[in-house]
Amino acid sequence: MNKRKIENSGSVGVVEEKRFSFDDFTLESGEKLNSVIIVYETYGLLNNDKSNAILILHALSGDAHAAGTHQGEDNLGWWDSMIGPGKAFDTNKYFIICSNVLGGCKGSTGPSSINPKTNKPYALDFPLITIEDIVNAQKKLIDHLGIEKLLTVVGGSMGGMQALSWLVRYPERIHSAIPIATAIKHSPQQIAFNEVGRQAIMADPHWKEGNYYGGPHPVKGLAVARMIGHITYMSDTSMAEKFGRQKKSDAQPFKFTADFEVEGYLRYRGDSFVKRFDANSYLYITKAMDNFDASEGKPLQDVLEGVKAKVLVIAFKSDWLYPAYQSKEIAKACKLSGLEATYCEVNSTYGHDAFLLEVEEETHLILHFLKKVTSEYEVTKGHGK
Amino acid sequence: MVNRNIRPDHKAILGLVKSGSYVLDLGCGEGDLLSLLVKEKAVKGQGIEIDEQAIYKCVAKGLNVFHGDIDTGLSEYKDKAFDYVILNQSLQQLRHVNTVLSDALRVGKKVIVGFPNFAYYKARLQIFFLGKTPMTGSLPYQWYETPNLHFLSIADFINYCRKNKLNIEQAKFVGNKFRILFSPNLFAQVGIFLISK
Repeated sequence: MNKRKIENSGSVGVVEEKRFSFDDFTLESGEKLNSVIIVYETYGLLNNDKSNAILILHALSGDAHAAGTHQGEDNLGWWDSMIGPGKAFDTNKYFIICSNVLGGCKGSTGPSSINPKTNKPYALDFPLITIEDIVNAQKKLIDHLGIEKLLTVVGGSMGGMQALSWLVRYPERIHSAIPIATAIKHSPQQIAFNEVGRQAIMADPHWKEGNYYGGPHPVKGLAVARMIGHITYMSDTSMAEKFGRQKKSDAQPFKFTADFEVEGYLRYRGDSFVKRFDANSYLYITKAMDNFDASEGKPLQDVLEGVKAKVLVIAFKSDWLYPAYQSKEIAKACKLSGLEATYCEVNSTYGHDAFLLEVEEETHLILHFLKKVTSEYEVTKGHGK
Repeated sequence: MVNRNIRPDHKAILGLVKSGSYVLDLGCGEGDLLSLLVKEKAVKGQGIEIDEQAIYKCVAKGLNVFHGDIDTGLSEYKDKAFDYVILNQSLQQLRHVNTVLSDALRVGKKVIVGFPNFAYYKARLQIFFLGKTPMTGSLPYQWYETPNLHFLSIADFINYCRKNKLNIEQAKFVGNKFRILFSPNLFAQVGIFLISK
């Protein structure tokens, strides 16, 4: 598309983490969590009739910190390029919410949280969770904020799964959904990559059936899991462009040090990931993704019959982890059920990572889509009065 | 209120579509026709387009569009899902005309087809006197850069409908600026047909 400059776009500045807690949360499995904490951040202002709220849904390794910076730190939120004044999710217009998923390790209740029954971390006593559980916890937060209907729910990858789950489960609570680079359900290939990651963690001697809290963590295993992840997030082209066969240096002290740039990169990515992520959370969340089926075995179009929400589906050409055909299936189900939907396959070479990187294309699509959703919403609202 | 700057073929199609109907535009391009139909006829519209840049333009116009290939994009729709399926200036670029047309007639109650007339007299003159592949207002491409795969005339299409037992409910013939009423296969640059099965 035209390399149009995104003007007047700024940062949301310094942001704060907020906490929302509730008791007696029953999971899809029937198991119960006595108390749950969900950590979230918000950007922009909620308007008087609470009609301008957007819920951002993060991917596997993401967290509630989607935009801006925390006091005294300088790392930007994971989707800062998309959220802020004048950006796709314009904080001058919209009230943006992003929460850390249930089962996560960035403040929300997960396997590394303290089990009130034992006063020790849950570890594997934490019940298996599903994407639906994650979404149900988000719905509690939205109820708590007094928001009856979200303008949109949006996310890439696992975030897109949550968006689909909102669309299927709570269509009356959303005006629209934007699933990006995602799938109705995982293919065997996607499950396979997740399983290799899990096996790497569980093969680490420090994992100890999940009871590593207080001792050394299974950092080697988790780092390998992350390395595999990063390979699947990139494309052949993007790797070739980024690294080529570039060597780090000529002299090597050891036969199997990281000779090539790509090796160094993967090691660096793995090592930095273990500092911010919990291995058990990785197991629980990847399992939730693998078990996810948006329409629970039925054709998605049957489940979407009668749903009024508008849908924007975005895929990326070089994404081989969540190939475009999976997004097309979502779009096709929308078509068949008579939903108003738009599908775009962005010509990107970034692979799965594109959903974080193709800012210009996504901005254009989302900006106009939201404009349309908002305008039609105001029309219906006007009629109701 | 009809704008003066509307393309003559769009104007003709506007006259064929009933208000408030459900329309699928195959090969909707940048969405000019579809947004015109939404504005003037309050249709519920859906477009299919293969070109990514055109998709961005459609989205900016607030249209619902699918990025994809017409040749494969129709089979999933239910029978009679649309009041009209429009193939304007895209029929001649399809690989599988028969399949797409019969699918269009299945998913649409009616089909509107618009195409450049290869038998337009200026095209005939260029072939006859210059011995060159003709270039006209509706066929503006050099032979080496044309996206068109099929070169058909208004007479060809009428024959096609007859042979395949398709009803021609209405036909409009468009010249440079005006509607053509006399000997369209010779004088019209574009033929627009409303057909049904």
